[in-house]
Amino acid sequence: MCLAIPVRIVSIDGDEAETEIGGVRRRVSIAFTPEAKVGDYVLLHTGYAIGVVDEAEAEETLKLLEEIASLSEVH
Amino acid sequence: MDDTILLAHGSGGKLSHELVERTFLPFLANPTLNKLDDSAVFEASGRLAFTTDGYVVNPIFFPGGDIGKLAVCGTVNDLAMNGAKPLYLSLSAIIEEGFLLRELQRIVQSIRKAAEEAGVSIIAGDTKVVNRGQADKLFITTSGVGIVPPAVDISGANARAGDKVLLSGTIGDHGIAIMSQREGLKFSMTLRSDCAPLNRLVSQMVEVSSRIHCLRDPTRGGLATSLNELALQSNVGIVIEEAKIPVKEEVKAACELLGLDPIYVANEGKLVAIVDPADADKILARMKKNRYGRDAAVIGEITSEHQGKVMMKTRLGPSRIVDMLSGELLPRIC
Amino acid sequence: MKFIDEYQDNKLAKALARRIAQHSLKTVRLMEFCGGHTHAILRYGIRQLVPKAVELRSGPGCPVCVTASADLDKAIALAHLPGVIITTFGDMIRVPGSYSSLQKAKAEGADVRVVYSTIDAVEIAKGNPQKSVIFIGIGFETTAPTIAASILKAQQERIRNFYVLSLNKLTPPVMKALLDSGEAKLDGIVCPGHVSVIIGSHPYEFIPRDYGVACVISGFEPLDIMLCIDKLVEQIERGEPKVEIAYPRGVKPEGNKKARQLMEDVFQISEANWRGIGVVPQSGLKVRGKYEQFDADKVFSVSLKPSKEPKGCRCGDIIRGTATPLECQLFKKLCTPESPVGPCMVSNEGACAAYYQYGAADDL
Repeated sequence: MCLAIPVRIVSIDGDEAETEIGGVRRRVSIAFTPEAKVGDYVLLHTGYAIGVVDEAEAEETLKLLEEIASLSEVH
Repeated sequence: MDDTILLAHGSGGKLSHELVERTFLPFLANPTLNKLDDSAVFEASGRLAFTTDGYVVNPIFFPGGDIGKLAVCGTVNDLAMNGAKPLYLSLSAIIEEGFLLRELQRIVQSIRKAAEEAGVSIIAGDTKVVNRGQADKLFITTSGVGIVPPAVDISGANARAGDKVLLSGTIGDHGIAIMSQREGLKFSMTLRSDCAPLNRLVSQMVEVSSRIHCLRDPTRGGLATSLNELALQSNVGIVIEEAKIPVKEEVKAACELLGLDPIYVANEGKLVAIVDPADADKILARMKKNRYGRDAAVIGEITSEHQGKVMMKTRLGPSRIVDMLSGELLPRIC
Repeated sequence: MKFIDEYQDNKLAKALARRIAQHSLKTVRLMEFCGGHTHAILRYGIRQLVPKAVELRSGPGCPVCVTASADLDKAIALAHLPGVIITTFGDMIRVPGSYSSLQKAKAEGADVRVVYSTIDAVEIAKGNPQKSVIFIGIGFETTAPTIAASILKAQQERIRNFYVLSLNKLTPPVMKALLDSGEAKLDGIVCPGHVSVIIGSHPYEFIPRDYGVACVISGFEPLDIMLCIDKLVEQIERGEPKVEIAYPRGVKPEGNKKARQLMEDVFQISEANWRGIGVVPQSGLKVRGKYEQFDADKVFSVSLKPSKEPKGCRCGDIIRGTATPLECQLFKKLCTPESPVGPCMVSNEGACAAYYQYGAADDL
């Protein structure tokens, strides 16, 4: 239910994509993420991409975390 | 000669002799083995170290090695972990009927190369062939004998509070290299097994310091299991820092994909050394000069608290218990 | 690794810990629904980073832990049928059913194979046309679409020897069942991030609306979980429970429509038997009639001895959030990973296994 890892799409071949994470390559099915493009990161769960990682949101979350960190240092 | 191994190759008759003389002997040749007596007779004096291990790895060929290389290195390393200089190995092969001859030849070459690198001779051997289905392709058992130099006293029971814990390099390489070949878990990587003989590394370490207390090679069960064994044997506590443990990117990634923790994944060319803190730096420096110790690091220390247990300061900050591996290392979906 | 390493930074973790401590005034009880969250919380020591006033309880989101003994007994019985190859995720192999386990069945000669993906199970079926390949379908909404896809693939490629034993379960209905029982007295729920990638955030709206319980959807890196806890505490202190997404890089409010379409095509909703909870209406998935040739339940029949639960095992209480493993009499004494009594100790993300493996210094 839970283990899904962000992997980067290196190439697309119809319903499948060649992906990469930390130097490891794996072929995954993108049947559920037809909108994924080369260069996108997708969440990989048991051989299937279940969603495309929203990089803008990822940035926002990190910014939020850094803000929290700098605010709490003031105390 | 035939392309595959037949039952007759193990029955002691002409074919058996052919197998030994054409496939094994030319490559493992040494004066003692060449005699082909029923037992190998040799001289040795001092404290002897003796060990044995069975090798049943599947797949038998994997990136970075094969069952033959493993069979030599594993036993050589067990001897080295007590500070012994490995001398001789025996080799027993149980072959499944139908095994390809050229694969056996390949494995014998690996054995030869590994034995050469380690500086050991195979002086006794045996081959048996069993019916198809009674062995998974090939099982190898090696026993090894070595000599422990007079001043050396290295044992899992010798750790003392204050000692430093050194690790010779990156963990998880072997286990992940093996898993990458298994059915359903195939992913392509450039990662190779770290299978290697560590006896020269150990003798170099012993040259710079007489205060190495324990050595252990973390094979099945990984670093975590070996550290727990040492903690129990020496009745001490061990504290390590996750951030200090060297792990290759690819191993990290593969572990993420499979839901595994690298500290439980097998290694075949690494050692843990527990040493007097006064000598830690110079031992580490010497390790780094050896090709099998390039990524060596101090990962923790021995404490008199929580005896028999291992604690790890996680990357995030808080500490937690690190237990031995229980059961098999299996990929998870959750 | 991108989108992983950044969310493990320890300075940011400490900062979040300080902030949670600042916000948190009264005692709050949170449930981390998903076994993956329990595992991460214990592996990274998050329990030590949050103030004692924040209590964390495990939930039933561990597909292995909630598989009913009778269902597991059925899988084991199928394994013993001649000509059957059982394919399963690794999580299931060691779990004890009433009398045995898939691992024991394997040792007794059954052909049981661990697969990483349903794709591999279908490949095994292709490669073994004389055998019947049955896939043990566990998991929640994250996994169900992949199982649906495997049935469709088998149909497309005219593979006639592939079957699924559907033990898939659904998340929101069991949350409702837990909240209805009122046993756990929860103030907030750490909602499963990857289930939510599929179902989105709307299905949780009934939780703050009907029960006044806060709901925040969390990712699985330590900073994700701490951010989620921070938001939950804030909601609870303000008395403004709602559904929030603290994992926006993965979860959209509308979820993954394509995945849900596939699920709905292949599966229909049915009641399901949850180990430790009992039968929960509309909480499981069964293969639809039009795909019945792939339904192991329809194609194979096995006779089973009555199922039973191990004595003294408190897995049920633990997954309902009414006890922690530390409160179970068997924990660490009679129930250990080597000789597990219940599923929570066997499964890698069962609460008991996680507590055992990763217990903090104060649990020693």
